[in-house]
Amino acid sequence: MGSEYAIEADQLRRTYRGRTGWLRPRRTEVDAVRGVSFTVRRGELFGLLGPNGAGKTTTIKMLNTLLIPTSGTAVVCGQDVVRQTREVRRRIGYVFGGDRGLYERLSALDNLRYFAELYGVAPRDQKRRIAELLDLVGLAGRERERVEGYSRGMRQRLHIARGLLHAPEVLFLDEPSIGVDPVAARELRRTVADLAAGGTTVLLTTHYMAEADELCDRIAVIADGRIQALGTPAELRHRADGRRVVEVEAYGVPDTAVSALRGLPGVRETAVEERGALQLLTVQSDAHVDVQSDILRELAGIRLGRVSSREPTLEDAYVAIVSSS
Amino acid sequence: MLLLGTITHIKQISRSPLEVAIAMVVPIVQATLAVYLFRSGGEQHRLIEAAVGAGLMGVWSSVLFGSGGAIQNQRWQGTLEMIMLAPRRPVLVILPITLATGLTGAYSLLATLAWGRLLYGIRLDFVHPAAFVVAAVVCIVALGMFGLLLAATFVLMRNANALTNALEYPIWLVSGMLVPITVLPAWTGPIAAVLPTTWGARALREATTGGPVWPSAGICLAISIVCLILGSFALTYVERRARATATLALA
Repeated sequence: MGSEYAIEADQLRRTYRGRTGWLRPRRTEVDAVRGVSFTVRRGELFGLLGPNGAGKTTTIKMLNTLLIPTSGTAVVCGQDVVRQTREVRRRIGYVFGGDRGLYERLSALDNLRYFAELYGVAPRDQKRRIAELLDLVGLAGRERERVEGYSRGMRQRLHIARGLLHAPEVLFLDEPSIGVDPVAARELRRTVADLAAGGTTVLLTTHYMAEADELCDRIAVIADGRIQALGTPAELRHRADGRRVVEVEAYGVPDTAVSALRGLPGVRETAVEERGALQLLTVQSDAHVDVQSDILRELAGIRLGRVSSREPTLEDAYVAIVSSS
Repeated sequence: MLLLGTITHIKQISRSPLEVAIAMVVPIVQATLAVYLFRSGGEQHRLIEAAVGAGLMGVWSSVLFGSGGAIQNQRWQGTLEMIMLAPRRPVLVILPITLATGLTGAYSLLATLAWGRLLYGIRLDFVHPAAFVVAAVVCIVALGMFGLLLAATFVLMRNANALTNALEYPIWLVSGMLVPITVLPAWTGPIAAVLPTTWGARALREATTGGPVWPSAGICLAISIVCLILGSFALTYVERRARATATLALA
């Protein structure tokens, strides 16, 4: 055992090589992860936060032995992920988001029995363990139904039960709440928090800020295959210190107007979120510069809704970090 | 592990609406094919042999498509990563799947015989009924092991699906499932000799019409064990290669 760390990643890199075209095949290379280093203490709930394509899933798959790193090393529970693959696998669980990855035509019970056997749960413990986990994820009473009839939230809970069958020391959760309704997502967060409280080390990837903020002891923000910032949620929030945020609800804002906002004195970042017909403009600026009147002047002639000014949140800090990468 | 895994995969395969539809239709087609083939050849007395051969064709088709596509099917279902993450040797993870395809193929053998009896009045008079049952079990288990080698090698080929289709009929022929291999060109002999399907078909034929069943069944099993060992090494290589080239997941 020895090390206080459950996960140690050192300069992990992963390049995907492919080939396109039939007549004139061309080799392609994509650097998905470009030298990622971090450590996770035993029992810690660590978040890997980043936009789509940032390298979160590739990093998690190198740590859980599904991918061999192009270079760099990773040690999980004191075992090297490339050389001691089976030892690592005995100690980890992996849960990913989405509704694939289960045997649809079998019941939840059949799925759990099969994976319990596969993951080496002793036969005498299987029945008790499966019953415990069905209770934990709220599927007790529904375990004999076929998975194909399950909702997305139920499948996700079954995924979690499957990942916990062999009581792993480290649990990798790759965007577990993707596509799950808000109530189910809250239940899921509670389950994850309980696991961490019980001593399981959790590495969670997500792009939901609230989830990371609520759950994680520390967060690494990853973008463009590199870690851009690492710290507690409070420390990351400080990245946006000295800033102010103006939010404007608008309808039909042209790109030229958004570009013009970026050029205003004191403006640091702008973001546009489409919400149906409505667009939510978020403008981060230096706290000592009042940009609200300048923004409204630039948006003159455009139909506006609510306009507000507030302190930055972790999400604003995240946007600032990712935008500067 | 092997038993529970095999039962699990039999359940998963046998509940597929496509598989059920195929299982309903194919044995009738095969029984009809065999009967008319032998009737037109004026070999009315060998109809039982024809039905057994046709049934074995069904087992082979099940193994070829099921085992050949085993890894690809798991990949499409998104379960490949989850089963390969298990702290087990890859052979212990994949063998239950290929055994399951052999066992579901056994249904085809039974159904072809049943349809032959019902539709065409073929009398199911086996010279060695007990040996037939043993030979059938050996044949199915052997094909499951052969399927493991197919599963491991097909995953390395970019166009494995095309190869699967191309292999179905030649193996029927070369193995002598319907036509005696003595009527085939001499160059097919060495190929037939190393295929477990040839010896499995021979064992079943000998149990049906009389002959030394056990040597053929033994050779069938021995070749299959070689396939199992080769397949086991191939799978370990395939798993490592898939982790290096990122091909375990669909995306």
